[in-house]
Amino acid sequence: MLTYVLKRVLSTVPVMAIVAVLVFMLLRLAPGDPAAVIAGDYATAEDVERIRTQLGLNDPIPVQLWHWLMQLASGDLGTAIFSKKSVVELIGQRIEPTLLLSLCTIVFAVAVAVPLGTIAAWKSGSIVDRVVMLFSVGGFSVPVFVLAYCLIYVLAMWLKILPVQGYKSPFDHGLLTFLRHMVLPVMALSVIFIALIARMTRASVMEVLEEDYVRTARAKGQSEWKILIHHALRNAAVPIVTVIGVGIALLIGGVVVTESVFNIPGLGRLVLDAVLARDYPVIQGLILFFSFIYILINLLIDLSYTLFDPRIRY
Amino acid sequence: MAAAETPELSAEADLSEKTQPSTLRLVLRNKAVFWGGLLLLAMVAIAIIGPFFTVAPTEQNVMSRLKAPSSAFWFGTDFLGRDVFSRVVHGGRISLVVGISVALIATAIGMVTGMIAGYIRWLDAPVMRVMDGLMAIPAILLAIAMIAISGATLTTVIVAITIPEVPRVVRLVRSVVLTVREEPYVEAAIAAGTRLPFILIRHILPNTIAPMIVQATYICGAAMLTESILGFLGAGIPPEIPSWGNIMSEGRTYFQLTPWIIFYPGVALALTVLAVNIVGDGLRDTLDPRIARKMRA
Repeated sequence: MLTYVLKRVLSTVPVMAIVAVLVFMLLRLAPGDPAAVIAGDYATAEDVERIRTQLGLNDPIPVQLWHWLMQLASGDLGTAIFSKKSVVELIGQRIEPTLLLSLCTIVFAVAVAVPLGTIAAWKSGSIVDRVVMLFSVGGFSVPVFVLAYCLIYVLAMWLKILPVQGYKSPFDHGLLTFLRHMVLPVMALSVIFIALIARMTRASVMEVLEEDYVRTARAKGQSEWKILIHHALRNAAVPIVTVIGVGIALLIGGVVVTESVFNIPGLGRLVLDAVLARDYPVIQGLILFFSFIYILINLLIDLSYTLFDPRIRY
Repeated sequence: MAAAETPELSAEADLSEKTQPSTLRLVLRNKAVFWGGLLLLAMVAIAIIGPFFTVAPTEQNVMSRLKAPSSAFWFGTDFLGRDVFSRVVHGGRISLVVGISVALIATAIGMVTGMIAGYIRWLDAPVMRVMDGLMAIPAILLAIAMIAISGATLTTVIVAITIPEVPRVVRLVRSVVLTVREEPYVEAAIAAGTRLPFILIRHILPNTIAPMIVQATYICGAAMLTESILGFLGAGIPPEIPSWGNIMSEGRTYFQLTPWIIFYPGVALALTVLAVNIVGDGLRDTLDPRIARKMRA
């Protein structure tokens, strides 16, 4: 078991290295000169040259790549051009809202989607099932910001029961204020996540409900409730947990948009500010940071399989 | 053609038609697909024909800025007095162009890469590791960054949305190739000394078509959503082009005053993507029940 965990953890290193090279190459091979973009429209040739030297863009590409990888290996994601702060430091300042928003979204989405999907599978073909399926197709068809604005319109502007936007840290303003400001962003962000998880839950529970041991359980008079929780959901857990990991990619994209709509000063806003300011190292560092998070979460999910399914032994 | 055929042959054709209805008919038998397809056709028709009947989407009318929807301006006007209805109709063209281009390019690149990875053994591992890496990079962030560096044009937006979509196609094609390559007819072709390109095109490629069509519809829908998100964040197609994302991005500032500027393009986008996704689901269920089970699971 321990050897497997160690092996699995080490196996993420090459993937991360590949991601680092890919991010570097894609941004470097994209037509356009980052130095000219940073310098802006009114820059002189000297300005551009100065920035090129500062960013090390005059070195040959392999040398630049080597510097970038070495820098990453020492835990340095780069330094912002304008504020001169390290990207790691910037992330530290902005991570709280993003982390809390993501956690609330995942918890809320799982809490809604798993029961919905299970009921849909149990009452397959019923009205509940149809509504869940419609929701899961619809959830993939509406962009998160349109949903967000609809929610703002109804709940904040019309019914006036929730604040329109903003972020209040639970550590400074208390839990209640924090939650009041979180309701709308979490609802908007979790729709696509709920759609994804509910669809997967429905499919895997449906498959399990056809198994022999479910028929045996029914035959011995086990209550439907117990069958769903003990037999169906437990055996359907692995694919459900896996799809949550896949959904993290959707979540990261959604966070950027949601933070922008609701004016939440998190990592998503940091990315957009960096793009507007053309702060190239920050953009590059943040993309890499998010990719690493994605890889790590999926590693954890991989390792968690044995918790959900004792048949899986390493 | 039919007239030249012998009676026996046409009788046989009739018989096979009865036992096995055409794929199109099978797909249309699915009610959801029928209505989804109709909706999609309607949206495409509006996008193609509509712009000939509306005022120019860039025509400004300072006398009627931020007007509510009325009989004169069906969807109201924006902060420059431009007709939102006209802009939404024109925006449909942009969204469809982006969606279809991304679907076609991503499928083409993914198909070639996937066939090579699936068939040529020593290339499999390196290609797939690169694809795994690409899948780990958040698509929207990568697109924003690439557009920020290369400058926002329709082409850069399409390329930036296409790149993150490629790995999914590669994975799918590769998995099909891996199963097909063990089939007796491929072994027979190899034994007969058929050249590699011919094996790939004649024997492997046709097997990937059905799942590819399904995948391409999903990519088309996802690409339209991504385009709108990029436009909304101000990192997409240049603002002078009325794409749905751009219209909604401009509507942000005035949302509390004039919510319809975001509402109408949002509904148009959602309906179009919904139609594409419904058609995709129907194609999946009809064309490839095996993949259907796999994708649902």
